[in-house]
Amino acid sequence: MNKSRRNFLKIAGIAALGVTADKFVDAHAQDTAKKVIKKTIDAGKKTVKSKVVQKERLAMVVDLRKCVSQNGCTKCIDACNKTHNIPDFGESKDAIKWIWKEPYENAFLDHENFYLTEEFKNKNVPLFCNNCDNPPCVEVCPTQATFKREDGIVMMDWHRCIGCRYCMAACPYGSRSFNWRDPRPFIKDINPDFPTRMRGVVEKCIFCDERLAEGLPPACVEACTEKALVFGNLDDPESEVRKLLKDNFSIRRKPGLGTNPEVYYLV
Amino acid sequence: MYDAGKIIIGLIIFVGFFTSPIWYDVSNGKTALKEPELVLPKLESQKECVGTKQFMRDNHMILLNDWRNEVVREGNRKYISFNNKTYNMSLEKTCLNCHTDTKQFCDQCHNYLGESPYCWDCHIENQGPEKK
Repeated sequence: MNKSRRNFLKIAGIAALGVTADKFVDAHAQDTAKKVIKKTIDAGKKTVKSKVVQKERLAMVVDLRKCVSQNGCTKCIDACNKTHNIPDFGESKDAIKWIWKEPYENAFLDHENFYLTEEFKNKNVPLFCNNCDNPPCVEVCPTQATFKREDGIVMMDWHRCIGCRYCMAACPYGSRSFNWRDPRPFIKDINPDFPTRMRGVVEKCIFCDERLAEGLPPACVEACTEKALVFGNLDDPESEVRKLLKDNFSIRRKPGLGTNPEVYYLV
Repeated sequence: MYDAGKIIIGLIIFVGFFTSPIWYDVSNGKTALKEPELVLPKLESQKECVGTKQFMRDNHMILLNDWRNEVVREGNRKYISFNNKTYNMSLEKTCLNCHTDTKQFCDQCHNYLGESPYCWDCHIENQGPEKK
């Protein structure tokens, strides 16, 4: 064969074309495959797409006059722990809290008062995530793992949480807890209907979104035998929460921060 | 070729060493990788899935990803399948209802392909039909 410079270049050119052509064909095939998959899934989606989460303002009203947590009642907390597979690490420094109790004076720091009634001096207040209307945790979350739904619930997408704990720093209520360890071994009685969390994920009260979807009230509301917890839609003037707030004086935790907390306490 | 003898012997040793895992398996009687054996639901009422067999084979991971976004982010829990049946979009309440033993179903292919999805870090895995 004549090994001239001219022939060498010709062959090299054709070879290069051959190699790249293969890539082109491959890329095109993959593209088509992706489009087919997308189409199939979209076809499924179209039939499903319907607005499920209504635009409303879900809120909780806690009647402290009825709440008997100072007598050692932990029914709401127990029900929540059981429903949501909340671990008990046995230490307060890394406790996972969805609902927890705090003395009245600690819960309402900006209501400082040396001359509280005996009743409120001894009062324990059940605390929740306030599911704020203007949630600072959502502002800071870098992955949108926490976000505000149309109905006002500040949701957690645990699939997306990267455990940076910005939200914990941003939350002025301490409503968020971090899983420093794998929580599974610390759950006494696993509820198979709700997932557990994994190590390195932040969690908090989400107003039982999974129960609301089934038309059930939040687990704590159902568990409270004193009927001290009332849950409902603030946008509806006929709702029980609105009526309670209309007829009774209510306070909220740290309203001055502008987070617009949606857990109201009747005192 | 200079030193042909040494080079050829060296090459033989190298090839033998490089392919030693194959010889090891062959000497142990493992000539082919065992194909995964899926245990499919037995009941007649569980013969139908949310998608066709081929669709589920190819796209179950995309479907599950879609489901989780719909449920967690959109609050939508209803899935209308290819044959217009309505399903609750839930791994635990829908998928595992029929595929009761994840060890016999999911893990079979995942292990075969060296895939390790982290579903069960959080979602509660069924260990067998007696558990649910």
